[in-house]
Amino acid sequence: MTASPAAAEAATAATGPGPAPSPATPRRTAPATPARTPRGGALLSRTAVNAALLLVTAYTLMPLAWLVLAATKNRRDLFATGPYAPGDFSLLANLGEVFTYDDGIFGRWLANSLLYTVVGSTLSALTSVACGYAFHAYEFRHKEKLFGVVLAGILVPATVLQLPLYLMASAAGAVNTYGAYLVPALVNPFGVYLARVFAEGYLPDEVLAAARVDGAGELRLFAHVSFPMLWPGFVTIFLFTFTAIWNNFYGALTMLNDERLYPVSLGLFMWNRSVYQQPELYPLVITGSLVAVVPLVLAFLGLQRFWRSGLTAGAVK
Amino acid sequence: MAPFFLLFALVTVAPIGYAAWLSLFREERSGLGFGGARQVFSGIGNYTKALSDPLFLASFRHVAVYCLLYIPVMVGGALVLALLLDSALARARRFFQIAFYLPHAVPGLIAAMVWLYLYTPGLSPVLDVLDSAGISWNFFGRDEALLSVVNISAWQWMGYNMIIFFAGLQAIPRETLEAATMDGAGAVRTAFQVKVPSIRPTLVLTVLFTCVGAVQLFDAPQLLQLRATEMGESWSPTMYVFSAAFKGHDYGLAAASALLLALVAGAASYVVTKLGNRWRSA
Repeated sequence: MTASPAAAEAATAATGPGPAPSPATPRRTAPATPARTPRGGALLSRTAVNAALLLVTAYTLMPLAWLVLAATKNRRDLFATGPYAPGDFSLLANLGEVFTYDDGIFGRWLANSLLYTVVGSTLSALTSVACGYAFHAYEFRHKEKLFGVVLAGILVPATVLQLPLYLMASAAGAVNTYGAYLVPALVNPFGVYLARVFAEGYLPDEVLAAARVDGAGELRLFAHVSFPMLWPGFVTIFLFTFTAIWNNFYGALTMLNDERLYPVSLGLFMWNRSVYQQPELYPLVITGSLVAVVPLVLAFLGLQRFWRSGLTAGAVK
Repeated sequence: MAPFFLLFALVTVAPIGYAAWLSLFREERSGLGFGGARQVFSGIGNYTKALSDPLFLASFRHVAVYCLLYIPVMVGGALVLALLLDSALARARRFFQIAFYLPHAVPGLIAAMVWLYLYTPGLSPVLDVLDSAGISWNFFGRDEALLSVVNISAWQWMGYNMIIFFAGLQAIPRETLEAATMDGAGAVRTAFQVKVPSIRPTLVLTVLFTCVGAVQLFDAPQLLQLRATEMGESWSPTMYVFSAAFKGHDYGLAAASALLLALVAGAASYVVTKLGNRWRSA
C-alpha cells in the first residue's frame, strides 16, 4: 500500500509546474517489496515476526471479542460460564432490554451522541478548513504569530479549560443545554493546523491565481474552487473531530446533568455506576457498550483512507 | 477565519482568563450560614492551598509514574510493531494495521469500561489464565491500579501511533535503504540506525502529544476508582480539579489547581520539545 492514498491523489491532482510538494507526499510510494529479503534463517525469522504480530493482534482484539460474546449472554450465564464460552443466546433479549429500559432512554442517548457528533464536527471542520485556507491563501499582518497562537492552542489541555468553561456557562445560564456541550467542541486548533497542511498540499497558488484572473470573487473562490479541492481534508478533519466529540466524556460529565441530554458514553457510565446496587443492569451496560462501539468501528473501517491520510499529514512533516 | 478566532477566544482564551481571575478569590460564608457566599480576595491563597494539599501532590506523582511506565511501553511498542510491519518479513500488512488500530475506534470511556470488566474476578479471562498459572493478581489494588490504567491507555493508543510511525517508515526513500544493505547492514541494524533516526521528528511529536494527553488522564481512572476505591477521587490531577469543583464546591481552589496543571503541561511540552530538538540535531 502507499503511505498516503490521499496524498498520492493530491500529487496527481496538482498538475502544472511543480508546486512545493505536500508534506504528506510520500517519497517512496512502492510498497516494501522483497528487495530487502534477509539472508540466513529467513523462514525462522519470518515465523517469529508474524507470530509476534499475531500475538499483539490477540491482545488488541481480545477485549472486543469478549464484549461481543458477553453481549449475547444473559446475566446468569455472564457469571456462570467461562469468559469465552457461549451461554444461552440472549443477544436479542438484551438488545430489547437496552432499548426499552427506562422508557427507551438509551435510544435518546444514541440520538444525542449522533446529534452532537454530526452537527459539531460538521461546523468544526468547516471553520477549521476555512481558517486553514485563509492561512494558506492570504498574506496579512502577524500571520505567523497568529498561527503560533493556534499551535499553542493545540497544547492547552482540554480538561484544564473545562472547569472555567463550566463556570462561564453556568454564569450565562447555559449549563444543561445542547450548546454548553457543543460550542466548546467547535474549536479545533489541530484541525486548523491540518487544514493548512492540506491546503499547502492540494491548492497550488496557480489555481487560485487563475480563478482570480477569471473573475471569481473571494467568497466564490473559496466555495466553488478551493473547497472542493480541500474535500479530502475536510473529511479527515471531520473524522478527527467526530471521534473527539464522541469521546468527550469529561465535557459531558461537567456540563450535563439532565439525563435526557446525555451522550451515550455518559449514560453508560451512569448505568455502570449503579451496577453494584442493581446487578440486573450488567447486561444493559455490556450490550449498550457494544451498540455504542459497533457503528463507530464500522465507520472507521469504511473511511480508513481518510483517517490514514490525516494521520500521515500530521506526521510526515 | 474570523469565526474560528471568535470561537477560539470564547472557549480557549476567555476560560483561561476567567480561571485566573477566579483563582484569586475564595468563598466565605457568613458565620450564621445564611445570606449566601461572599467572594473574598485571597491573592495566591488558593495556589498555596493546592500546593500544600498532599492529595494534589500525590495526583501528580501518580501521573509521573504513569508516564514513566506508559510512554516507553506504548511508544516503544508502537515503534517495534511499525518496524516489524515495515520489514520485508511481515505478511498481511493491511489486516494487522486494522487489527492494531481498532481499539482506537472504541471511545475511551467504553474501552475503560470493557477493561474494568476484564479486570473483575468472575468475568475476567485474564485472571483465569493467571490463576491457572498459580499467580494471584488484584487489578484493583492500591499499586496495581496504576498498571491497570497504563494497560488501558496502551491498548487504546499503541495502534494509532503505530500507523503514524509506519507511514513515516514507508516514506523513507528506497535508495537510502538499499545503500544501507549494500554497505552490509543487516535488517536489525538498518532498522535502528537508518529507519528510526529518519522518523525522529515524528517520534518527538508523538511523545509530545502523549505527554499532553497523560496530564489530562481522567476517563480510565475515574471509572476504575469505582472498584479500586483505594485510588480515591483525586487520583489524577484532572480528577482532583473535578472533585474540588463538584464535590467540594471550591471553585477558587479548582481554578487554581487547573492553572497549575496547565503550567505543568506547558513545562512538560517545553522540555520534550527542547530535548527533541537536541536529539534531532544530534
